[in-house]
Amino acid sequence: MKIHEHQAKQLMSARGIPVPMGRVARSVDEAVAAVRLLMEESDSRVVVVKAQIHAGGRGKGTFKEHPDVRGVNVVTAGIDGGPQAAEEEVGVLARKMLGSTLVTIQTGEEGKVVNRLYVEQGVDIARELYLAVLLDRASSRNIVMASTEGGVEIEKVAEETPEKILRAEIDPAIGLAAFQANELSHGLGLEGDAADNFGRFVKALSDAATQLDTDLIEINPLVITSEGAVLALDGKMAFDDNALYRHPDIADMRDETEEDSAELAARNAGLNYIKLDGTIGCLVNGAGLAMATMDTIKHVGGEPANFLDVGGGATADQVTTAFQIITKDPNVKGIFVNIFGGIMRCDVIAEGIVEAVGRVGLEVPLVVRLEGTNVDQGRRIIEDSGLKVTNADSLRDGAEKILELTEGDAR
Amino acid sequence: MSVLVDKSTRVLVQGLGKTGQFHTDKAIAYGTQMVGAVHPSRAGTEFRFEGETDHSGVPRRDDRYSVDLPVFATVKEAVAETGANASVVYVPPPFAADAIMESVAAGLELVVAITEGIPVGDMIKAKRYLQGTGTRLVGPNCPGVITPGECKIGIMPGYIHQRGRIGVVSRSGTLTYEAVHQLTLLGLGQTTAIGIGGDPVNGTNFVDCLRMFADDDETEGVVMIGEIGGTAEEEAADFVKTEMSKPVAGFIAGTTAPPGKRMGHAGAIVSGGRGTASAKIEAMNGAGIVVAETPSDMGEAMVRALG
Repeated sequence: MKIHEHQAKQLMSARGIPVPMGRVARSVDEAVAAVRLLMEESDSRVVVVKAQIHAGGRGKGTFKEHPDVRGVNVVTAGIDGGPQAAEEEVGVLARKMLGSTLVTIQTGEEGKVVNRLYVEQGVDIARELYLAVLLDRASSRNIVMASTEGGVEIEKVAEETPEKILRAEIDPAIGLAAFQANELSHGLGLEGDAADNFGRFVKALSDAATQLDTDLIEINPLVITSEGAVLALDGKMAFDDNALYRHPDIADMRDETEEDSAELAARNAGLNYIKLDGTIGCLVNGAGLAMATMDTIKHVGGEPANFLDVGGGATADQVTTAFQIITKDPNVKGIFVNIFGGIMRCDVIAEGIVEAVGRVGLEVPLVVRLEGTNVDQGRRIIEDSGLKVTNADSLRDGAEKILELTEGDAR
Repeated sequence: MSVLVDKSTRVLVQGLGKTGQFHTDKAIAYGTQMVGAVHPSRAGTEFRFEGETDHSGVPRRDDRYSVDLPVFATVKEAVAETGANASVVYVPPPFAADAIMESVAAGLELVVAITEGIPVGDMIKAKRYLQGTGTRLVGPNCPGVITPGECKIGIMPGYIHQRGRIGVVSRSGTLTYEAVHQLTLLGLGQTTAIGIGGDPVNGTNFVDCLRMFADDDETEGVVMIGEIGGTAEEEAADFVKTEMSKPVAGFIAGTTAPPGKRMGHAGAIVSGGRGTASAKIEAMNGAGIVVAETPSDMGEAMVRALG
């Protein structure tokens, strides 16, 4: 699960990890009000207005409705004009940003609607660094990744100058050791107060990762101020969904407006669904087989409309919900059901399909491939139902048949 | 021969809830030596399993079975009483990593964790706990391990398997069944099929399994089924290239998966340009692994690899 920058900073701040002062704003009035509060609390005359969406690249992203406005805006009017000038400019920005669609390299062309802003104190930046805590699969541990190349995409650094990325493995029994923090700050070329502050920062951050069950914490940039303070200028956190049950406060931070409505409905029904851009809907048991089904459709010349894993023990109700979700997608020109029954019995799936079609209706061609436990009963149930269903003998056969039936539309 | 499990494997089940009961029954029907259960709230009782024998499993048995499985409070006690050397974990996710560590502490040789949805943080600790011990963990979030005709530990349907000469190792459950079924239809059969699971932190990886199959006299070739996410397939390809003389065929799921989206399995995600299907397929091709174009061709790919 992803959360917004302002929520990540709230969690960091609660753990003593320094972040700039800021206020979240859901309306123009709240954004304007934040300016005076921030100027009273800090001596900074500069404020930054940041769009809150679950995607990176906001600083370079622009709004569809207002191509001149970026996702992150530095307001300097307060330096000469005082708080009132800053308020006016923030008001103009907030009016343009709220409710508009921000397009960044990570949102895709459709962009994301901005429903909240974060108004933050401007910071005097001496250096920009990169810092992250994430899982390293090879060592089966979380690692700290740090780099002197802050403010740029870390993938680019990894590709072009991998020697500029420092790593430290976090031993789950010990946490990040003091010497490791020291090695990192030395490697980043930090000295004096900045080195000490960084050491405390990275230790607190790595502890937070373990205690909060994060998938990823990424701070890009981490800034060193001219006084040697270390601050998280940006903050991105994603959490392990499987561990959310022990963090109800974090689970409550979920912003459902950031999620695709069909994906949300699927999750609530215990299904795993991801919408894609193609025309052939798929309903499969097992994540690996579901991916492989998409691949096979593509291989024979079609385009999958979705990934959908009904899981190992789907009920007739779940199959019905799955059909509803698939048929709701206006791009879908045909459906391919691919089941290899292990524990999942083919007769149960067949009953589910018959029931689903009865309830939802079927206006597009349907190809069903059943294999595995109780396959004969399953096939008989579908035959006896009188439904217009095409049977397939194998995954590939099924993919070819559904393509044929949707031919013309699918290509 | 075979790897990991055979007819001498004595298995405990940890977690005798609905799922644990269902699959323990299927394992006994198959002929697996299930010797006890660990389920503290039912400790001191016996749990009866009876029904019709699954004749696709261990040969030459009566048509019906009836087993009274003793239930214990702790793994240590169960091992002392039954001489078990393996366990299978069906314990719910919040408690599963602890159940794994309990079996490690009791000195079991093999722990197969079926449970899906264990927090990664818990598995990081369990993996640390495993270090330096003699226990091998398979999984979690996997279908289990089967040596056809000898021992079935996990949730795979027994009847699609046939004893033969190919080792199977896979990150995905249903894709394993797909490969096994094809090998059976082609008459190649399997020595052992191992599901290593779809989680980012797991006990046994591809290289571990390839090494075991390389050392197994009966295994003549290996089918390896990977998916997007991580670099385990690349490391496996490297091993095949440098150390493996037996033919290997493979398949990678997720060529069409969009980046940044988790495709069902916690570990199946392309992020920051890493873990793509194309990089894995390229590495495998470069190691001389015959990569199937679609999952329907995995068996045929093995035939080609065998030459």
